Amino acid sequence: MTFAAGDDVVVSSRAHSGHHRTPGYLKGRKGTVLRVHERFRNPETRAYGGDGLPKERLYLVGFALSGGDQVLADIFEHWLEKAA
Amino acid sequence: MVGEPRPSSISVVTRAVHDRGGRPADAPIDRSEHDLADWEILMDSLENALEGRGVMNTDEMRRGIESMAPSDYESASYYERWLFTTETILEEKGILAPGELDARLAS
Amino acid sequence: MSHDHPHEPVTTAGEPPAAARVRALADLLVEKGVLGREDIRRRVDWLVSRTPADGARLVARAWMDPSFKERALDDARLAALELGLEPGESPQVIALENTDDVHHLVVCTLCSCYPKALLGPPPDWYKSLPYRSRAVADPRGVLREFGVELDEDVEVRVVDSTADVRYIVIPRRPHGTESFDEDALAALVTRDSMVGVAEPVPPG
Repeated sequence: MTFAAGDDVVVSSRAHSGHHRTPGYLKGRKGTVLRVHERFRNPETRAYGGDGLPKERLYLVGFALSGGDQVLADIFEHWLEKAA
Repeated sequence: MVGEPRPSSISVVTRAVHDRGGRPADAPIDRSEHDLADWEILMDSLENALEGRGVMNTDEMRRGIESMAPSDYESASYYERWLFTTETILEEKGILAPGELDARLAS
Repeated sequence: MSHDHPHEPVTTAGEPPAAARVRALADLLVEKGVLGREDIRRRVDWLVSRTPADGARLVARAWMDPSFKERALDDARLAALELGLEPGESPQVIALENTDDVHHLVVCTLCSCYPKALLGPPPDWYKSLPYRSRAVADPRGVLREFGVELDEDVEVRVVDSTADVRYIVIPRRPHGTESFDEDALAALVTRDSMVGVAEPVPPG
């Protein structure tokens, strides 16, 4: 599934053993796509000697913090689902 | 959903040791800095040279660090972690034989 | 401690055991032909050449030239190359603009990702466990520890560098610098202000 800036998304809360770059504090959290990056090699396979292909879309997603602040993080497409 | 653990209640036990965001941390941030020691500059350069040569990549390097025993990860200095991962990945790839570096130091 | 000079290698008595191990590893890898001495030397030279001066130049130009700033916000890698600066090996670098309404702060909760080509090696505190834990949970508390107090109506955006994109903050231009040239502006831009834990130096 491809996302666009402005889309509301949820970070998957699935368990994943092995190297991945989706931080635990964001799993299961709802956010908004702020920026659509280029596609990058997948670190989850590259970390085990793979070439990380095919490249996958990366998104800068904003998550609300208290008081109107936000935390922003770069999340790969396969970790995001459309928010209900 | 009723009964489903909320993200904020996911225990740090279920997270790998390197995954630090939002962990309980009352500790103030130590703002003192140190210029990199010779050996740290060398370690940084060694690892990046290996990546530059295609011997290992950044994701393998990170994965190696993440495989440290949690207590080792938390007590090691930054470049001690780099040393650990470089040795680990090089051994995994058969470039270093197990114990080869120890033997070298002992000689 | 000033970090606006190239790092000079420091040898201290009482190095940890890791120091000897690293040197032995380097020797072994060169002997095996895995690396050349020249590979290592080039990397050492590169690392010690990295300082915040390049980042400061990019910020100063962004302050002076709004269209350059827009390009840096879109692609700071290309913007740095425009100035003859080296953006480093990261495939993408993005500048984040602090305004009267928004204050950015950069962290890498998973490791230590940092735009070191433009800022030099990251400081110890950036790599520390407390910074990595607290920056995304209590950014205002962290900022307060660094001496930055923001109004409630300023939005704090903490940017967690979780992938291969590197982030550099364009801090707010200090008042009273309208007549400054680029060099004078760059001199106000500290490393900490480009990470987002400090404001630039106000003009004296």
